[in-house]
Amino acid sequence: MDAGSRTPQPRPGTIGDSPPRPDATAKVLGTFPYASDLTAEGMLCGATLRSPHPRALIKRVDVAPALALPGVRAVLTHQDVPGRKHYGLIVRDCPVLAVDQVRYQGEPVAVVAADDAGTARRAAGAIVVEYEVLPPVTDPRGALFDPDSPRVHPGGNLVRHQPIRRGRPDDPAVRAQAAVHITREYQVGMQDQAFLGPEAGLAYPLPDGGVHLHVATQWLHADREQVAPCLGLPEEKVHVTLAGVGGAFGGREDLSVQIHAAMLALRTGRPVRMVYDRRESFFGHVHRHPAVLRYTHGARGDGRLVYVIAEILLDGGAYASTTEAVVGNASSLGAGPYEVEHVAIDAYGAYTNNPPCGAMRGFGAVQACFAYEAQMDALAAALGIHPLDLRARNAVKQGSTIATGQVIDSPAPLAAMFGELRAMPLPPEHDPAALPPGGYGNTTHGEGVRRGVGYGVGIKNICYSEGFDDYSTARVRLAVEHGEPVAAVRTAAAEVGQGLVTVQGQIARTELGVEQVSVEPADTRAGSSGSSSASRQSYMTGGAVKAACEAVRDQVFELARERGIAVPRDAALLGGKLVSARGEPLADLAAVLGGRVVEQTREYRHRPTGPLDRLTGQGGSHVQFAFAVHRAVVDVDVELGLIKVVRLDVVQDVGRILNRLALEGQIQGGTAQGLGLAVLEEIVTDGGKVRNPSFTDYLIPTILDMPPLGMRILQHPDPASPYGLRGAGEPPTLSSTPAIAAAVRAATGLALTRVPIRPEHIALPGERPGNPPPESASPQSASPENAAPPGPAPLSQEANTDA
Amino acid sequence: MEFFAPASWAEALETKAARPDAVPIAGGTDVMVELNFDLRRPSALLDLGRISELKEWDVVGGTVHLGAAVPYARIIRDLADRLPALAMAARTVGSPQIRNRATVGGNLGTASPAGDAHPALLATGAVVEAESFRGLRQIPIGGFFTGVKSCALAPDELIRAVLIPTAAGPQQFAKVGSRNAMVIAVCSFALALDLDRRTVGTGIGSAGPTPLAARGAERFLAGALDWGTLSVPVSAARRFGELVADAANPIDDVRGTAAYRRHALAVLATRALRWIRTAADQDREPVPA
Ligand SMILES: Cc1cc2nc3c(=O)[nH]c(=O)nc-3n(C[C@H](O)[C@H](O)[C@H](O)COP(=O)(O)OP(=O)(O)OC[C@H]3O[C@@H](n4cnc5c(N)ncnc54)[C@H](O)[C@@H]3O)c2cc1C
Repeated sequence: MDAGSRTPQPRPGTIGDSPPRPDATAKVLGTFPYASDLTAEGMLCGATLRSPHPRALIKRVDVAPALALPGVRAVLTHQDVPGRKHYGLIVRDCPVLAVDQVRYQGEPVAVVAADDAGTARRAAGAIVVEYEVLPPVTDPRGALFDPDSPRVHPGGNLVRHQPIRRGRPDDPAVRAQAAVHITREYQVGMQDQAFLGPEAGLAYPLPDGGVHLHVATQWLHADREQVAPCLGLPEEKVHVTLAGVGGAFGGREDLSVQIHAAMLALRTGRPVRMVYDRRESFFGHVHRHPAVLRYTHGARGDGRLVYVIAEILLDGGAYASTTEAVVGNASSLGAGPYEVEHVAIDAYGAYTNNPPCGAMRGFGAVQACFAYEAQMDALAAALGIHPLDLRARNAVKQGSTIATGQVIDSPAPLAAMFGELRAMPLPPEHDPAALPPGGYGNTTHGEGVRRGVGYGVGIKNICYSEGFDDYSTARVRLAVEHGEPVAAVRTAAAEVGQGLVTVQGQIARTELGVEQVSVEPADTRAGSSGSSSASRQSYMTGGAVKAACEAVRDQVFELARERGIAVPRDAALLGGKLVSARGEPLADLAAVLGGRVVEQTREYRHRPTGPLDRLTGQGGSHVQFAFAVHRAVVDVDVELGLIKVVRLDVVQDVGRILNRLALEGQIQGGTAQGLGLAVLEEIVTDGGKVRNPSFTDYLIPTILDMPPLGMRILQHPDPASPYGLRGAGEPPTLSSTPAIAAAVRAATGLALTRVPIRPEHIALPGERPGNPPPESASPQSASPENAAPPGPAPLSQEANTDA
Repeated sequence: MEFFAPASWAEALETKAARPDAVPIAGGTDVMVELNFDLRRPSALLDLGRISELKEWDVVGGTVHLGAAVPYARIIRDLADRLPALAMAARTVGSPQIRNRATVGGNLGTASPAGDAHPALLATGAVVEAESFRGLRQIPIGGFFTGVKSCALAPDELIRAVLIPTAAGPQQFAKVGSRNAMVIAVCSFALALDLDRRTVGTGIGSAGPTPLAARGAERFLAGALDWGTLSVPVSAARRFGELVADAANPIDDVRGTAAYRRHALAVLATRALRWIRTAADQDREPVPA
């Protein structure tokens, strides 16, 4: 299966090899310039005044005390926004600076530029804002379904409702086919991307009245598209260059400093840098949607699924961000990677006065996966079937139809993946060297420790879905310099740490047979490459670079033919020569080019997708599906509720390995992020206010929390994608969380319907709502009488959201 | 901001007398965080880094004189036999980098209810040695913590050392955190037995406005314990746990609920008691040849 051993050794630096990242040394030495390190001659520092209230009317703003401070160069409010007052990735609902009201704690109200960062911060604090505080809308169920709920926006509190209807899930005859029915409500807390490089950017005013932004972002052109209208400038006058990105994970899709820094630069005529500190960063970007998911599954005695009914509430917070698309994913993938004939899913995205939520690795698929996988375990337990067997009996394969009616037309090798996972060795029962739950705290010498094993499987869409015109642009040049063939690749694709720059170089080496490739800085002078999200850049920008290389190669062959050289169709470029398919030299590249530079630009599009039907959710909305499977082994101190994940094993199919080292890094990181959601990571809010905006209390896994990760990478190529690759960055994030949660359930016997699992959920299970005592996991909930599947009408259900 | 870096203890006391507003800085692992987060803008810093005597420890008449600026890493390395509870607590502090810099003097200066040294100092009956140009003062640890993040130090006083009796019996420290390392205590517990005087010492962290001792539990255990075998009936062990939990005064916060803290303290206390017994058993076992 593992083609790493099957395929011949690749040429150094080409596809299949793992050349080092060009920025690796600088990052290790600490010399890599992140966006926050940028400086400029005569630079001012910006600061943001943010709302302390989740919901309030702004009665008065007095900037005079700030302007009076020495060293303050500009203080701007919404009245100073030169163009459009609102922006947004999908819906233009987010004010550049609050206009007469604030909708979440941390909403920007005013910005300041001053000679230094301290002065700017103090000046922001000196601005007087009079608020009339209103009661915040914090419960998404109430926001959506309580007619008396205040409206967060004039249009109401619904961002999107997407139903999925397949078969006849409401038909009593269908339901009667099931031997067991399981109904549970699940909750997913608000996870943060927790990137280590805070939001930062530097804006230069340009002589033509325009502005040049250097910023850490995920999609340069989407930034420009949103920034320019707010500045009242045509797009040509806004220039965006990627600055060093310290992690993104979706959190840099939405704008942060971009418009503010640009406004301040245009107003003062000087370069302005804005850098958030750690606390501000927690308010400066969107988070993962917290979710309440109510699922009913019915299955036959042999474990085959009969029907799935689900209601998924996603709390989008104060502004739309990408909620619409997140709802699309959660609904269309809401039944998981399983064949099921009868499906009714309703996914809702709500406006509330909680922190805005948007893109984060896994994007709606993560929340659904936690719930449907817990359901699969509950079915397995009720039927006395091994959890992997139950999954295998229902798993999709190539040719299967998912809940939206879309047929999976490329390999979906779950059966092979389960087999690989089973074959991986389990850790020893007792390892004296292993850290016990509680870690360094010396909380147990074995007392109360129980082991559990659990599984998780996820399905993730790759690239943009639902009819979006998703493309990437690449320009490739080929020349001979000092007798050496050299290639230069230019795109606007954001290297956010995932290794895209390395892969672009590998593709150019593969296609053009060169060793030397330079990848130019990402910039809006190039055409759009789309976002570094949806696990799409190897596919899309990789595809664009490949297409541009092929065009360059074709042009070289054309030039050769013009010079009377017979170039067969299957010729190639290698080591500065035109060669036949068998490697015989046909001509010298230098001679063919004769000093010329060959340059080609290509836009690459994946095959088109379609919308989801508004009422039935049917449609071919996705481009490609990717899968990962995890097994988790945990030790739990059941008396203290402390968890040590002992071992994780993962099998992922990536179609084709482009760069094993970078890929393994993605799988490690995605798995760790899933672990964080399972047992640690949550932005805790109370009345719309964030209670833990720091790494002191927003805990991410350390090296002692992340266990050894066993990995098997399969390569079943997708005929539709470049090199057969399958996007790889997100799938491991989906399946790691439910696998760990399942293992903790197995160790404790508790239902544990909420992540992250906290110590008190285990040690004092009766304490909290949303965490029923172990009895509810017993077969009584598996009896048909007890099932009471939720109908599509959500009003009938009790609210149980504020945790 | 002014920066003073006295070369001697006498000079430090002089500076502090002249400038009581100067904030002492030892390892800086609390001070620098506050400065970076702009939570504090002191007019002056008083760097204790050049005063070598603060970084030394000594044993005088059965008591360890621990210089205020001895980092946790040194305590773990040098003092695990003499001060087992403190060394066990030191092992749970932050990360290796933090343990290389952070000090017990700084932990006391911050006086956080979550400071990990405090339960061990309470359980062992430590004494804080504070000095100013007016003279030297010994503050028993039980009277040191006066409120949430406040302590008995006068504005012109500096901590010179902490005096901790060399262990005269088994000691334990345990700390609950929701992460396996680098975590602030959700609650913590220290236990120290003095086999000579037949007394029990306890310390509770992160479960009240200040670090606490469970005096009732101490008295109870001193009476219930068979001092020969260090064993107690199961019911008494449970009672000890309950009394420790009762002594706590926790709140619900983002790190944990009050109910969980009480529950966890009872678990930690009964476990610590058992480990002390196990340690005693092991001590009695003949050394294998
Ligand atoms: C990442 C990280 C993790 C941490 N983890 C833990 C943990 O697990 N457990 C824990 O308990 N703490 C932890 N801390 C907090 C901190 O490390 C401890 O409180 C440490 O003991 C402080 O010691 P210091 O020498 O660095 O103090 P400093 O920061 O130098 O000083 C702290 C306070 O004490 C005062 N002070 C210092 N020395 C004296 C003196 N001689 N006389 C009078 N006042 C003095 C200072 O003025 C200041 O108010 C952590 C901190 C960080 C940054």
